[in-house]
Amino acid sequence: MNPVVEYFGDIYRGIKTATIGMRITFKHLFTRAVTIQYPTVKMKLPERARNRLYVNMDDCIGCDQCAMACPVDCIDIETIKSTPEDNLGTTSTGQKKRLHVPLFDIDIAKCCYCGLCVYPCPTECIKMTDVYEFSEFDRHNLIYSFSTMTPAEIETATTKAKKMEEEVAAKKVTAAAATKAAAEAKAAAQATQPPQPTEQQQKPE
Amino acid sequence: MEQYLTSLFGDPLWVQILMGVPPLVFILVYTLIVLYLEMKVAAHMQDRVAYMRTGWHGTLQPFADMLKLLQKEDTIPAAADKLLFIIAPYVTFSGTYAAFAALPFGSSFVGSNINIGIFYIVAISSLVVVGLLMAGWASNNKWSLFGALRSAAQIVSYEIPSAFAILGVVMVAGTMSLQELSAAQTGGITHWMILGGTLPLTKKLIAIPLMIVLFLVYYVSSMAEVNRTPFDIPEAESELVQGYNTEYSGMKFAIFYLAEYANLFLVSAIATVLFFGGWASPFASLMTGPWWSAFWFVTKGMLFVFLNIWLRWTLPRLRVDQLMYMSWKVLTPFAFACVLGLGLLLVW
Repeated sequence: MNPVVEYFGDIYRGIKTATIGMRITFKHLFTRAVTIQYPTVKMKLPERARNRLYVNMDDCIGCDQCAMACPVDCIDIETIKSTPEDNLGTTSTGQKKRLHVPLFDIDIAKCCYCGLCVYPCPTECIKMTDVYEFSEFDRHNLIYSFSTMTPAEIETATTKAKKMEEEVAAKKVTAAAATKAAAEAKAAAQATQPPQPTEQQQKPE
Repeated sequence: MEQYLTSLFGDPLWVQILMGVPPLVFILVYTLIVLYLEMKVAAHMQDRVAYMRTGWHGTLQPFADMLKLLQKEDTIPAAADKLLFIIAPYVTFSGTYAAFAALPFGSSFVGSNINIGIFYIVAISSLVVVGLLMAGWASNNKWSLFGALRSAAQIVSYEIPSAFAILGVVMVAGTMSLQELSAAQTGGITHWMILGGTLPLTKKLIAIPLMIVLFLVYYVSSMAEVNRTPFDIPEAESELVQGYNTEYSGMKFAIFYLAEYANLFLVSAIATVLFFGGWASPFASLMTGPWWSAFWFVTKGMLFVFLNIWLRWTLPRLRVDQLMYMSWKVLTPFAFACVLGLGLLLVW
């Protein structure tokens, strides 16, 4: 291109584009701001937003399925078996509760908000809430303990479970002894007859 | 005002000191306002709202900022040239403040009504460059020095087209005193320099396009002289950080900012006086008088400050070579041509 034409063309284009830009910014000076005043005004979250986890302990049956589903292992559950005379009640879905849950900790600092723990829950007691403002100065405060059991309750539950287990074990021992005795008697009885060949021995080479 | 104060105090020394106070007060108040304005305009141009919490719509934010800067620890780098480091911001600011002395704030107030006003302002504002170089050098930091050198290179090269633009107006008006320049433009919008001043009608028609070009040349180069965004080459966050004032903090940093914003008003005020009538009312004899004249001066000045902010949030920044191209290959020849044209027009 002719350098003179180019020179003046550049100047013309410079001024023209600057005025176009100025017109645009001036228009935006009077358009409504798209931002909101965050802590006082909050945006509506989508219906299925995944934020802080919440566990409704009344419904928890201690099945440990959420802990197993968690890809980052941030859920920590301990359970104690209940004795037959304990009545832990039923969940809102009608399921009978059979386990005490003395420990249900979620380390929300580790949580990746994938929501995978929510789907396997048979009683729908673990769920994602819409709370997202829970920063803490101390990281340990981010470990949420949902268990509602007091230390005394845990103590009694553990002793009871132990006792029951011991009883069961004792029963097992006696039962085992009984079966053993029965087996021995049977063996003694069989010893008098020639042993029958087993299936494996019958197979051809 | 000077005569009045002299009659009041008798002693000229007191008068001189008192005459220096109003511009300083004006600079401080104006800086607070323009800090707020800049952030608000910037935010609204980007569809945001800026400060909303300190006071009504964040009106107290500049005060909060100022208080914060005053409380900040004033650090001096161990390897810095201490004396130069300390005086650099004050040199920069006094260069700007000294230039305010010759600004006609109204028909009856001008700090110093010297007959070479505009020449004095052009000369004294060069002190700003000295201050910036001083700051960059004394910081003993290569990036600060680079920033200062870029700044100096920019200001020095843009002083040439702006001086030519000023020369064109001075030729037409026949005076260098800013007070007289403003007085010459009273009597309505048609007497403003941008519309050919008080030239006879036939000459005016030729002078108007030349004046508009001169105004554009002056405005663009003045924008470069105050180192603001299309021309903020000295600041480069990724390479030079803040340029010459990287090592500064607290009060000294605040002084640099004050100088920058005062400089912004200074160039806007000069553009006003040279091309848009200074304190002269646009409606002939309507709305005249000392207070109205001060009002017109400040309003027009602020309008150009707003224009500057507007451009800052519109245009992207230039590259260093584009900057030099613009100064030497576009603005300087155009200013030359216009001055030549006006000269021929005047002798014709």
